[in-house]
Parts: sequence; C-alpha cells; structure tokens
Amino acid sequence: MSPIPSEKYVPQSAFMKWMEARLPIWGFLYPTAIAYPTPRNLNYFWTFGGILSFCLVVQIITGIVLAMHYTANVDMAFNSVEHIMRNVNYGWLIRYVHSNGASMFFLAVYIHMFRGLYYGSYKAPREVLWILGVIIFLLMMATAFMGYVLPWGQMSFWGATVIINLVGALPLVGDWITTWLLGGFAVGNPTLNRFFSLHYLLPFMIAGVVILHIWALHVPGNNNPTGVSVKTKQDTLPFHPYITMKDAFALVLFMILFAAFVFYAPNILGHTDNYIKANPLVTPAHIVPEWYLLPFYAILRAVPSKLGGVLLMFGSIGVLFILPWLDTSKVRSGAYRPLFKQFFWIFVVVCLGLGYLGAQPAEGGYVIAARILTTMYFLFFLAVLPLLGLFEKTKPLPNSITESVLGKNGGGGMAGAAASGATAAPESKA
Amino acid sequence: MSATDSTADGAGQEPTRRDFLYVTTGAVAAVGVGAVAWPLIHQMNPDASTKALASVEVDIGAIEPGQSIRVMWRGKPVFIRNRTDEEVEAAKAVPLDDLPDPQTDEERATPDNGNLLIMVGVCTHLGCIPLGEAGEYNGWFCPCHGSHYDTSGRIRKGPAPANLEIPEYTFLTDTTVRIG
Ligand code: HEM
Ligand code: FES
Repeated sequence: MSPIPSEKYVPQSAFMKWMEARLPIWGFLYPTAIAYPTPRNLNYFWTFGGILSFCLVVQIITGIVLAMHYTANVDMAFNSVEHIMRNVNYGWLIRYVHSNGASMFFLAVYIHMFRGLYYGSYKAPREVLWILGVIIFLLMMATAFMGYVLPWGQMSFWGATVIINLVGALPLVGDWITTWLLGGFAVGNPTLNRFFSLHYLLPFMIAGVVILHIWALHVPGNNNPTGVSVKTKQDTLPFHPYITMKDAFALVLFMILFAAFVFYAPNILGHTDNYIKANPLVTPAHIVPEWYLLPFYAILRAVPSKLGGVLLMFGSIGVLFILPWLDTSKVRSGAYRPLFKQFFWIFVVVCLGLGYLGAQPAEGGYVIAARILTTMYFLFFLAVLPLLGLFEKTKPLPNSITESVLGKNGGGGMAGAAASGATAAPESKA
Repeated sequence: MSATDSTADGAGQEPTRRDFLYVTTGAVAAVGVGAVAWPLIHQMNPDASTKALASVEVDIGAIEPGQSIRVMWRGKPVFIRNRTDEEVEAAKAVPLDDLPDPQTDEERATPDNGNLLIMVGVCTHLGCIPLGEAGEYNGWFCPCHGSHYDTSGRIRKGPAPANLEIPEYTFLTDTTVRIG
C-alpha cells in the first residue's frame, strides 16, 4: 500500500552539511515538497489544494491588515468599515480582497470536495485525510459566518440572530447555551466582541488542521483520476517542477477570476442590506446568508420543525464524516463507475438546486422543492452509495497509472497511444 | 515498597498506598481543571451591566384601540398592542385543539384589560421580528421562514414551535407597566 518513498536529501555544500546536522529543515522539506512522488496523471482538479492554501494565506494577510483599522463595538463597527473603505489608504482594496476572498475560498473548497467525491479520494487509505478535510470545512464555515457579522450591517445582525437561535432548538440546554453564546439576551456588543476574537483565531486553527491534512496526504500519497494506486516509480513524477508548475498555472487562472470580482464586481456576491447599519427593531424582509451557505440554509428551512431542521442541517455535514464507510464500492474512481457517474451529476445538480432554493422565500412550491432535494441529498449518501457498491458493474481498471497514460505497451509506440487516445485507453481495454 | 506490591502481586489485592495516592491526586487535579475551566466558560455569560438593563417602565396610557407600540427590553423588542374588540373575539373563538401550543386568550392578555396584549416581539423560531397585522390570521407574520401568529400571538402555522413569549410584567399604575 505504501507509496514510492521520496528521494532523500543529501547535503552537498559545507554550510548545508553544518546546518543539517543542527536543524535538518531542508532534509524535511526536500522529500516533502520537492522530490515528493506524485501520480503522473493528476488533472487540473488536483490543483485546488494549492489554490486553497493560497486562499488561506490571502485571508490571513488581508484580515490582519483589516484588524488594524477595524473597531469591534456596536456603535463604531459599521462606521469603521466605511472608514476603511473611504479613508484608509488602499483600504477598499484590502477589504474587497478579503470579502471576495471568502467566496473564492469556498468556490475552491467546493470544487476540491466534489473532486474527492468523484474520484473516491475519501476511500481507504485516505479516510482520515478526508475527515480532516471535513473539519477544515466546518471551521471555514464558522470563520466565514463570524466574519460576516463584523461589519454590523443588517444581514450581519439578522444572520447572526437566526443562526445562534438555532442552538435554542436543543432540548433542555438550548436556551442556556444560546444566552451563553450571545453574552446577553439578544445579539449585541458582547456577541460582536467575541466573534471578532474568534474570527481572528480560527484561521490559525485551520492552518493547523491543514498541516495535519497534508501530513495525512503524504502517508498514502495522492489519489489520481484512475483511482488505481501508484505501483512503481514509473507511475510518478517529482512534485517539483511538475506539480509546482501545474499548480502555479492554475493559480494564475484562479487569480484572474479573483481579480475580476475584486475590481469589476466587488459587491455582486454580497447583499445590499449589509450596507445598512444593524437595527435590532427591523428584520429585513428576506434574510439570506452568503451564497456558500445557501444549500445548508435551504435544508434548515425544508422541515416544518425547528429541531428537525437544525438536526438535518448538521446531519447534512455530519454524513460527510461517515462517507468513507457508506460507499461500499471497491473501485475508487467515478471514471470506472458508469452508474455512480450519473448519480454523482444528479447530486451536483441537487446541491446547486438547494443553493438556489436557499435564496428564495420559504413558501409554497419552494418549500416543497426544498423537501424533495433534501431527501435526494440524504438518499445519495444513505442509499445510493451503499447500494451501488453491491450492484454496479464497474468498468475494467487499467493495470497501472502508466498504462492508463501511455497505452498498454507502456509508451513504447506512438501508434498504440494514438489509435486509442491516451486517456481513452482504459475504456478500450476489454 | 508499595510500588513493588501493586505491580508484582496482581489482582485480588487490597488497594495499596500508591493506588490511593493516584486516585486522590487525580481527583484533586480534576477539581483544579474544573476550577480553571469554569471562569473561562462563565465569562461568556451575560455580564453585570447587561443584567442591570433587565427591566423597563412603559407608559401605555396613550395607546388607542388598534394601535401598538414597541419598546426595547433586554435588547429585544416588546410589542404592546391595544387590540380591537374584533381581534379579541377572533382570538377567543379559536378552539384549543387547533393550536400547536394551546393557550387561551385569557392566559395571554393582561389580567385587567383583556384587549391589551404584551409580548416579546421575537419569533420563537429563529428570532426575527414578526410584522404586525399581517399573516393568514391577521395577527403577526414572521417573514424569515413564514410563521403565522394569530391575534393573540399564538403560533398557528409555520416552523415556529411556540407562541410569542409573554414577559413578566407588573402594573405600577393604571397606565404604567414595568416589564422584567
Ligand atoms: C483550507 C482548506 C483546505 C486546504 C488548504 C486543503 C489542502 C489540500 C492540499 C494541498 C491537498 C493536496 C493537493 C490536492 O490533492 O489538491 C489536499 C488534498 C485533499 N483534500 Fe484538502 N484542503 C482543504 C480542504 C479540504 C476539504 C474541506 C476536504 C473535504 C471535505 C478536503 C479533502 C481532501 C482530500 C480527500 C485530499 C486528497 C485528494 C487526493 O490526493 O486525491 N480538503 N488538500
Ligand atoms: S424566525 Fe420567524 S419564522 Fe423563522
């Protein structure tokens, strides 16, 4: 199971020999980030891990700068954000990068997660890697939610009110915990202050879990589009320069999209009501969270019971924790699972549909549609994945990654590869 | 000597002095951890200044039938409505079996003036402020997730689990009420 070991670093210069004998940092980094063997067939969906690391760094840097100018007090918070926008040198840029950065972060994490789902990257031996990812995702949602409260606009205030009141649905202890979280009887100054403190803290906790995540990645090594494990050194390429260059190119494309939002449509993903200062006496006609939380919000509102809605919403993420054990198929990659592939795309549409419904008022046909899609969401995990593994007839797997890339004769002849087409090779192999 | 006793002799032995020390040390450490944790947890509960704002006095003399006022209490709005006779009749006419959270109108209105209704104006679902004279029962309607309350502030339809809360209050004079 264990992958091809990384090439060891052997210090050459006198200085590096001296250094390695004292702090072998390059001896650690070289096999981890330079020579690390990666499957040679990774596609662009594998560039999102690097993109996510970039997003985290961007949020931390812009966030620290914003915190130099922001004031966490209910009377001053809204104005201090306007102060950042109008008075602070480049304050508008820093703030727009941070607010759009959160959206870009979620865009990337969703692609990253659907990648894992499609290629079966959560299956043995990568269960812990996947679970650490889900923990990161939860921390990201908590961080984004608390960050959105800080500008103290109408959506900040009412979003916080609705979400914290969810806790009140818990039997017996619900009210006590709600008051404890709020630090009062409604969202107010104590709430804003603690959210600021935690919003500053959590990204560093995410960074810690990312280190564990990458550690857990480096034990079994990367999955790949075929789902077939690495067998020989021939199946791999060193991380640098092959993956670093591919990651860098994808990152540049991602930054172009990021910049397009920041410079041409900085507010398009936000809600206009958040430019109205928080007013505890007036609820906006229509409370909507940020786009990346909409599917979960739709699930919350789908059931006519407060506790039921809350349990389903948390359950929709909780089910991801046990996903590695729900999927019974021995074949990892969706590319070799014709039925799974169809259900996967239905699932993607279900998630997008829930996102759409989360932005609509909770009435009439929208509620019915949300119920249907919520049911489908859970059925995918609790019925489709366990059953498919038992009944699905999967396509034959290539013998190795190399074979899937270069054709059966291992790249010997161009003719063979050209005839079947490099990527079509596995499917033509009967 | 006790160290050798406990390892060498195995099960079925009297607890040794060392066992006793382990257990008591562990117990003291647990109390210590608790004593450190509690202040760290309790600091997040409402502070003294928040609790000091826990009651307000309101003059209700000028509210005509069909009018409502809103006052702030503990950071939340309180609705004080002088209901019209029709609204009260509508509320009284509802059979208790039709109510998810059964309460008679008499249990909810102020004792001396059955038209006056004092409630916390916070939806019992997730805390939005319902709109007055709205919804299918012409009482209150919460736009957030569509909860309908009747003219007595009782939940009739939608995700909210309970009737709008009646706060503690006392009449100081005929026209002044202290909430909280
Ligand atoms: C801050 C957020 C995250 C960062 C910075 C991050 C970083 C990374 C990096 C650098 C890799 C290796 C490159 C790659 O395969 O793309 C990786 C792999 C992986 N991540 Fe994440 N990740 C994050 C969140 C998540 C989440 C939320 C999940 C799933 C719930 C997840 C699941 C996985 C899995 C299963 C792999 C292994 C994929 C494979 O090699 O096939 N990650 N992650
Ligand atoms: S908060 Fe009123 S219906 Fe949800």
